[in-house]
Amino acid sequence: MNFAFSIQDVLGVLPEIIIALGACAMLILDLFLERDKKEWVAYLGIFVVILAAIASWCLINTAEPYVMGRMMVIDNYSLFFKFTFYLATILTLLLSINYAKSADLDYRGEFYTLMIFSLCGMLVMASGSNLITIYLGIELMALPIYVLVGFLKNDTRSNEGAMKYVILGGFASGLLLYGMSLIYGLTGTTDLAGINAALSAGTVSPVILTLSIVLMAAGFCFKLAGFPFHMWAPDAYQAAPTPVTAFMAVASKGAAFAAIVRVFLEALYPAYAEWQMILAVIAVLSMFYGNTVAIMQTNIKRMLAYSSIGHAGYALLGLVAGTGEGSAAIMFYILVYTLMNLGAFAVIIMMRKTGKVAGDSIYDYKGLAKNNKVVALVMLIFLFSLAGIPPMAGFMGKLYIFMALINQGYIILAVLGILTTAIAAFFYIRIVLFMYMKEPEGEFDLVKSCALYIVIAISVIGVILLGVVPGSLMELASKAALLL
Amino acid sequence: MVPYFSILIMMGFVGILGTAALVMNKIMGPKNFYKDKLSPWECGMPPVGDADRGHFKVHYFLIAILFIVFDVETLFLFPWAVLLADKTISLFIFFEMIIFLVILAVGLAYAWKKGALDWV
Repeated sequence: MNFAFSIQDVLGVLPEIIIALGACAMLILDLFLERDKKEWVAYLGIFVVILAAIASWCLINTAEPYVMGRMMVIDNYSLFFKFTFYLATILTLLLSINYAKSADLDYRGEFYTLMIFSLCGMLVMASGSNLITIYLGIELMALPIYVLVGFLKNDTRSNEGAMKYVILGGFASGLLLYGMSLIYGLTGTTDLAGINAALSAGTVSPVILTLSIVLMAAGFCFKLAGFPFHMWAPDAYQAAPTPVTAFMAVASKGAAFAAIVRVFLEALYPAYAEWQMILAVIAVLSMFYGNTVAIMQTNIKRMLAYSSIGHAGYALLGLVAGTGEGSAAIMFYILVYTLMNLGAFAVIIMMRKTGKVAGDSIYDYKGLAKNNKVVALVMLIFLFSLAGIPPMAGFMGKLYIFMALINQGYIILAVLGILTTAIAAFFYIRIVLFMYMKEPEGEFDLVKSCALYIVIAISVIGVILLGVVPGSLMELASKAALLL
Repeated sequence: MVPYFSILIMMGFVGILGTAALVMNKIMGPKNFYKDKLSPWECGMPPVGDADRGHFKVHYFLIAILFIVFDVETLFLFPWAVLLADKTISLFIFFEMIIFLVILAVGLAYAWKKGALDWV
């Protein structure tokens, strides 16, 4: 029997092991805590994520990246994404503590535990170097999020959003698996490098190859909410508890990008001519659809859902470029998107008017600047960054994507991207207009919470710092990027 | 072809056995249907809307989920037990299975404490 197993394998997946065991510990801790002390589950979660981050830190620049019989790869590319996921999860847990109290969910510690289980799936996705591992990671990531979307049990909209997400998610998983099985049929392997070698040899049927690429692109684009596969996103985003919306928008989308970039650049690169057109069409349609439909939204969570479809389009353009520069631009973009989107959601959670939990309607932001200058200013920073206005980080993110495109000669795609950025500016700046130019209707009663202040502070510093001095981080991303 | 013939016989046997059990039950089982017995609720109210699709206790669902988990565990234990005889890997796979069982035990402890096993 061919069997090799060493301590190296255990060390390589130590972050995943820590996260999985930590999530089990959270589950058990939850059982023995009093009703009003459940936030300790979240604190344990943050501690577990920090432990995993330390373990990942020790794995930077490992000599032998392939572990577990080439099922997992611990290269700097996966570690860059993992640190983004750690950051997103810690910030989301901080957002959740306060939200759970105000939404009367704080007696259910599973709210925090499920996020950690989902994080485990994202880590596996970022590290998977085999179609089987990547699929396993996708399911491990998605299942806890299905539950989290429907966490507001008595809210029928929450149930509806979760139901749509589960059914369409199952359908997309089916498409993805079908594409993967066709690739296996063509090449005889599920190992990404093996698929690349078999495709380079050029003996596969081009029709079936195209079919499997289309199916896999559809499956991945569902997870990252690209245009024709976005139908679940607005409903699920609007109906889910707000921290879960933030988590889905940044972490789950980031994990989908980590996987799609690796699969398409590492395994399917010999078929670049076949897939770049498919992905370019999806990216352009996502940018136009997401940013145009967002204009009509009056619910800010729904608006950010459509805007996230647009952002998925921008990031996909980096993959269309098909270079190391493009994949580095995606890594940078996802990190920046994590910071600015979580910051915006932190302000949404903070928004309240006396007598009711507000912040969902864009009209609630009328006159915020007259009441609280600081909160209005940070919201302005996040919205300007999402719109891509310099000197915020969102501008640099888009700039790197468009540079990668132009260097490959895709001038038209870059122009279309810039055009949709102009459309997008309208609905972001409309909220800024409400905050600064209108008179307040009713009193504001903003949530005062240390955890929220920490999230906003980290996000603001990150967004401005990466906008002004993006060089060093971009250099890190370029070194870690695939295909150099 | 020949090596798989026994499997074909087994499939046929299983099919016949399953059908036979159902048919015997249909022929020989006592039948005493009346309207009240067939209606989903027995408190006198006529069922409305979705309610007349039949009723079941939600606990059946929880027990079924737990059953499936441990069913799959058994599925993994059989090939594991066969491989355990191989001395070169036995120590490793022994601890691997222990870890697997501990993870399932955590799940069971959680479900137990949450009251999934209480038949109210």
